[in-house]
Amino acid sequence: MEIKKGIAVSPGISIAKLLIIDSEDYRIPRRSIMPVQRTAEVQRIRNAFKDAIGQLTELEAAQDDTEEGKIKDIFAVHLRFLHDRSLRKRITDLVDSKLVTAEYAVSVILREIASHFSKIKDAYISERATDIYDIERRLLRQLLGGKREDIEHLTEEVVIVARELSPTQTAGFNRKFVKGLATDAGGRTSHTAIVARSLGIPAIVALEDLTECVSGGDTVIIDGNRGIVIVNPDQATIQQYEAYSREFLLLEHRLDEIRTKPAITRDGTKITLLGNIEFPDEAELVLQKGGEGIGLYRTEFLYLNRKSEPTEKDHYQAYAETIGFLKQRPVTIRTMDLGADKYTQSKRFAPEPNPFLGLRSIRFCLQNLTMFKIQLHAALRASVLGDVRIMFPLISNLQEMKQATMILRDVMEDLDEESIAYNKNIQIGIMVETPSAALTASTLARDADFLSIGTNDLIQYTLAVDRGNELVSALYSAADPAVLRLIRTVIQDAHKAQIDVSVCGEMASEPEYIMLLLGLGIRTISLTPPMIPEIKQIIRSVTIQDCNNLARTILGMNTERQITRYLRDATQKILPEAF
Amino acid sequence: MQTEQDSPEKLVAETSVQIKNADGLHMRPAMQFVDVANQFECDITVSNDENDVDGKSIMQMSMLAATCGTKLKIKAQGDDAKEAIDALQELVEEKHFDEPTPKWKNRKNKKKDVE
Repeated sequence: MEIKKGIAVSPGISIAKLLIIDSEDYRIPRRSIMPVQRTAEVQRIRNAFKDAIGQLTELEAAQDDTEEGKIKDIFAVHLRFLHDRSLRKRITDLVDSKLVTAEYAVSVILREIASHFSKIKDAYISERATDIYDIERRLLRQLLGGKREDIEHLTEEVVIVARELSPTQTAGFNRKFVKGLATDAGGRTSHTAIVARSLGIPAIVALEDLTECVSGGDTVIIDGNRGIVIVNPDQATIQQYEAYSREFLLLEHRLDEIRTKPAITRDGTKITLLGNIEFPDEAELVLQKGGEGIGLYRTEFLYLNRKSEPTEKDHYQAYAETIGFLKQRPVTIRTMDLGADKYTQSKRFAPEPNPFLGLRSIRFCLQNLTMFKIQLHAALRASVLGDVRIMFPLISNLQEMKQATMILRDVMEDLDEESIAYNKNIQIGIMVETPSAALTASTLARDADFLSIGTNDLIQYTLAVDRGNELVSALYSAADPAVLRLIRTVIQDAHKAQIDVSVCGEMASEPEYIMLLLGLGIRTISLTPPMIPEIKQIIRSVTIQDCNNLARTILGMNTERQITRYLRDATQKILPEAF
Repeated sequence: MQTEQDSPEKLVAETSVQIKNADGLHMRPAMQFVDVANQFECDITVSNDENDVDGKSIMQMSMLAATCGTKLKIKAQGDDAKEAIDALQELVEEKHFDEPTPKWKNRKNKKKDVE
């Protein structure tokens, strides 16, 4: 039994077998296999070689002989390595004699060869080590790719353990069987956390070296309330956790009872609670949990869960399904927000050196108009089915917003010509998630029907902190005075322009920030569906007067630590179970 | 070059060659070497002073790290041993893997260019 402590990012308790997702981008940890698995593991290696050879043969054939055939030569050399029986034998021998996984054997042997090359004094030859790393990655991609397919075809409940999870990986999860997530890296608002909360499963991040301490098939307990992972727990611990898990479910049910009650403060102010969703069927969860609509409908999964770009029909079907659940309640479709993720970067001809400051989100859309227009066409066509709104992400200046709106108008004209009905007065809003947008909110608010503050990116860009980097993730905080001042500016500017302003970042689902947000003037909150009851409970326990006082006190504070402590104390008084 | 009868069935051929192309036995030449070697049925062993490696394995050949000037011994065992040795010797010492050789020869080439 081994106990590891990390950061709890999604509540709940799961006890299940674990499934490890390794990544070709990181060192593959040594893991053992059972003697009976030998043959199967050796076969996996053969298949990986076979598939890699197939792939390279295609690549080689696709290269023309220009550039003196240099690229073609590289592929040809790699192919010779993959055909080299003595190389394959070294790898299979290692699996056979040491009983290690195919991934580990491939990685160890090829790295041995690479390090042999890099030690050679002749620069021309020592540089060939990079070719060997290339071959290693190609083989690992084959091996790990096969594993990823396994995850799409699960037949029993598992907890996923990985170094970190990307949207591409999580999009393929068979959601019926994935019962928990645990990652080495990540912070409170990493992709892992967002996905886990939207699926309503427990998740723990920042576990540092968890992937190196586990083997496939180990049983684990994921305690998403306390941030604890227990590897191979003993019987007594399992029983203890099963009891605790039942108690936790009771608390959840008690909160669920308030779902039919309105989100009104004790002094009578109505707050609108909306859900953030990624998949159409999550819309149902929003309603179950007492949400009144969708404040953030992420559409990236449409691009990530298929091999080719989604068609207009793919978009339309997903939107129609979602709207079908919501009837006349609002559904805010956020246009495609990809670009900085691994998936898009890996498809690029040359990955950007600094993708979060690069061609992502609305910038990417504005340079890929055909793709952008397909999405807008579908969203507009769906607009007659309910109360649909369109939201542009990552707007960083007025010009971008005008450009995006102009393209939407273009698509409207197309629809007119095609005689397709759509809502001509559709509300168009933007996400405020860069400091530049926050600082110019008064200008942007003149042309937008609503603003939605995306706190995740706003914090990252304001504080210059990568939220997924555990070395600096402690600096990432919504309670930083700089972030709070920007949020206050946006809210005030929206009020002056008399347009709606909401918060849709993870901050809105953290109980300790709710009083502060209300005090700053927020009346619409969009959050991950499982947290709706808890947040409603808080709203129903406070007065706007209290919230205003709290916000005033907080804005007078100068350090993140002071603010966090104050907020925690204030929330604990209202909802002790939350901590 | 010597050819001898090692055992009643196995024909053995051997030769020594020197790497003459400027960049040595890097990936592309190693590829050419194993491609030629693999055209023959016989076993082919290549050795420098320290190691004996399989002349049909690109991994082993490239790990020899034979730089320009390195002397290698090539030994072939099997029915077509002699043909294999001839072909490999031609590739290394006469064709130089179709690559440039060091300065003294380059200078010659340059002269040609000027003409």
